[in-house]
Amino acid sequence: MESKDHAALAEVFNKDEDRVSWHDETLWWIRQKRDKNVHQLPEWELLRETASQIKFNVLSNLSTYLEQFEKNATCNGIKIHWAADAKEHNDIVLGLLKEHQINRMVKSKSMLTEECGLNDYLASHGIDVIDSDLGERIVQLAGEHPSHIVLPCIHKKKGEIGDLFHKYLGTPSNVDDPQFLTETARQHLREIFLTRRAALTGVNFAIAETGEFVVCTNEGNADMGTNLAEVHIASMGIEKLIPKREHLGVFLRLLTRSATGQPITTYSSHYSKPRDGKQIHIVLVDNGRSVQLGREDFRNSLKCIRCGACMNTCPVYRRSGGHSYHTAVAGPIGSILAPNLDMRKYADLPFASTLCGSCSNVCPVKIDIHQQLYKWRQVLVKAGYAPTVKKIAMQLMAATLASPTLYHAAGKMGRATIKFAPFAVNNKLNPWYKQRDMPAPPKESFGEWYARNRAGSQEPGV
Amino acid sequence: MSSREKILAAVARNQPEAVALPDLNALKDAAQLAEPADLLEKYITVLTGIGGTAYQVGSYEDITGILNVQFPEGRIVNTVTELHPHHQSHVFEDDIHSLENVELAIIKAHFAVAENGAVWVTEELMGKRVLPFICQHLVVIVPANQVVATMHKAYEQISNRSYGYGAFIAGPSKTADIEQSLVLGAHGPRSMNVFLLG
Repeated sequence: MESKDHAALAEVFNKDEDRVSWHDETLWWIRQKRDKNVHQLPEWELLRETASQIKFNVLSNLSTYLEQFEKNATCNGIKIHWAADAKEHNDIVLGLLKEHQINRMVKSKSMLTEECGLNDYLASHGIDVIDSDLGERIVQLAGEHPSHIVLPCIHKKKGEIGDLFHKYLGTPSNVDDPQFLTETARQHLREIFLTRRAALTGVNFAIAETGEFVVCTNEGNADMGTNLAEVHIASMGIEKLIPKREHLGVFLRLLTRSATGQPITTYSSHYSKPRDGKQIHIVLVDNGRSVQLGREDFRNSLKCIRCGACMNTCPVYRRSGGHSYHTAVAGPIGSILAPNLDMRKYADLPFASTLCGSCSNVCPVKIDIHQQLYKWRQVLVKAGYAPTVKKIAMQLMAATLASPTLYHAAGKMGRATIKFAPFAVNNKLNPWYKQRDMPAPPKESFGEWYARNRAGSQEPGV
Repeated sequence: MSSREKILAAVARNQPEAVALPDLNALKDAAQLAEPADLLEKYITVLTGIGGTAYQVGSYEDITGILNVQFPEGRIVNTVTELHPHHQSHVFEDDIHSLENVELAIIKAHFAVAENGAVWVTEELMGKRVLPFICQHLVVIVPANQVVATMHKAYEQISNRSYGYGAFIAGPSKTADIEQSLVLGAHGPRSMNVFLLG
């Protein structure tokens, strides 16, 4: 999978045209729900601007806020751990489970643990992990990863889910009713919640001022897991901090409206202290975030609150599917986060965009996503990570555009080719011809027309 | 050097020059200007829209009457002393797993939020943290004059109060993970019934 780039993986997804249209329309429908909800708030733009400013403040004082959070959370009886990278995060989680002799854990949604590859790591050490978010459970049963950070199995049809449930959860074959399948998952996971001594969650927001953290779900799976378990482990990227409790008022208004067009998630749970005799552990994870913080052009990506609005609106994401991005966080935001972790492996992602800017327009914290995509392209090409074909093509293009003689000759050749030898471009070797017809060639270039009609009669540009 | 020191040093080295926090007052003023005149009406509309049910009641006797009709059977766990003697307030056992067969949980909330249908509940009102999640149906009682307009007002109300655990709860547990078909009752309560008292 790692060897294929976004274009190749998108081609696989694009084989099933009906599915592509359905995927595209479903996500656009969610984008429209977002618009409908957002337009009810006249102060929406001020809300986004305020959130953006709070996040700039966070990034510029992150070291102070981290220490403040550690101190306050510790006072509240929460144990803080620090993980420099994915490996250390996974080791800390494994260590905590071993310390309590726990070999089965229930997990609620955490894209960070996807980023760290926690499930596979724990499985290789004999720990059974069950994802409890319905969408995540479905992709887990399918042996896949989430294709969307908020809607993990948005790429799956209900018939496929019915087949999975038939195979693993004993439902009758050919049953694909969402109500019935959800009820089946409810019964199955209830048994899991009641029998697991450890529960892991992600963190949506952590408050430096109070040492508490907030987890948002619609299903209530985080609360079912943590409130029944003895040990609650919360995995958190260091950029999830916000300064004060009152700032939650800003972010909780933005998060779900942007994500799904709901006014708020069903549950916004504030964990401040462990239950009597129980434990809460927070693993603060860097894993490249401090490096990204030092990249002036790209540090704004750390403002992200993981709402997924940029994916729902992206014309490329909607038509290529989340798995084409071969990284835990797909879509536009994932494409500016991933190259920071590994430029070679993710060099293709900033090119998987039309740079239309729709992502930046819907981003609730005003990340300049499309501009960062553009900037990453330049960094990656300069660093030598562009594919050879693209490099040669760009060099040819640069030489042609730099020389008027070459430019005019190339224009003539192009027009003649389309006119007299269309088969030379209307073929499988030309990626522009896929799903498109080539345009009819103009008879002459603007330069030629100008020379014939206006030369000498007027000053150019007047 | 421990990972803690390493991370803090790298962050301190790489973070940009200090940027001040924005003043929230402009935003709060703008939000206040957009507030609906009737917060209670707005709350009921939004709660209904997200799958919850609202009841406007004048007394605890009214609540008992409705509950007896709506939830005639099954195990009820009540944490609201004012509902005596119809519903005995519950004495919790040590093992919270024993709550797995609760049909109906009855709790109070501090206040409700008009813009999103949520109620704010902290640990001491829940009895046990898991109660409002593990029950099949949830009843929340909130004073009708305790409806705030927005989340800004909500956090002004919460202020710097201390709690071990607190949650905004907005409607029944739900999921749309299967082809975006909305299903109520994912893992938590299948229904949320808010009684606005007074």
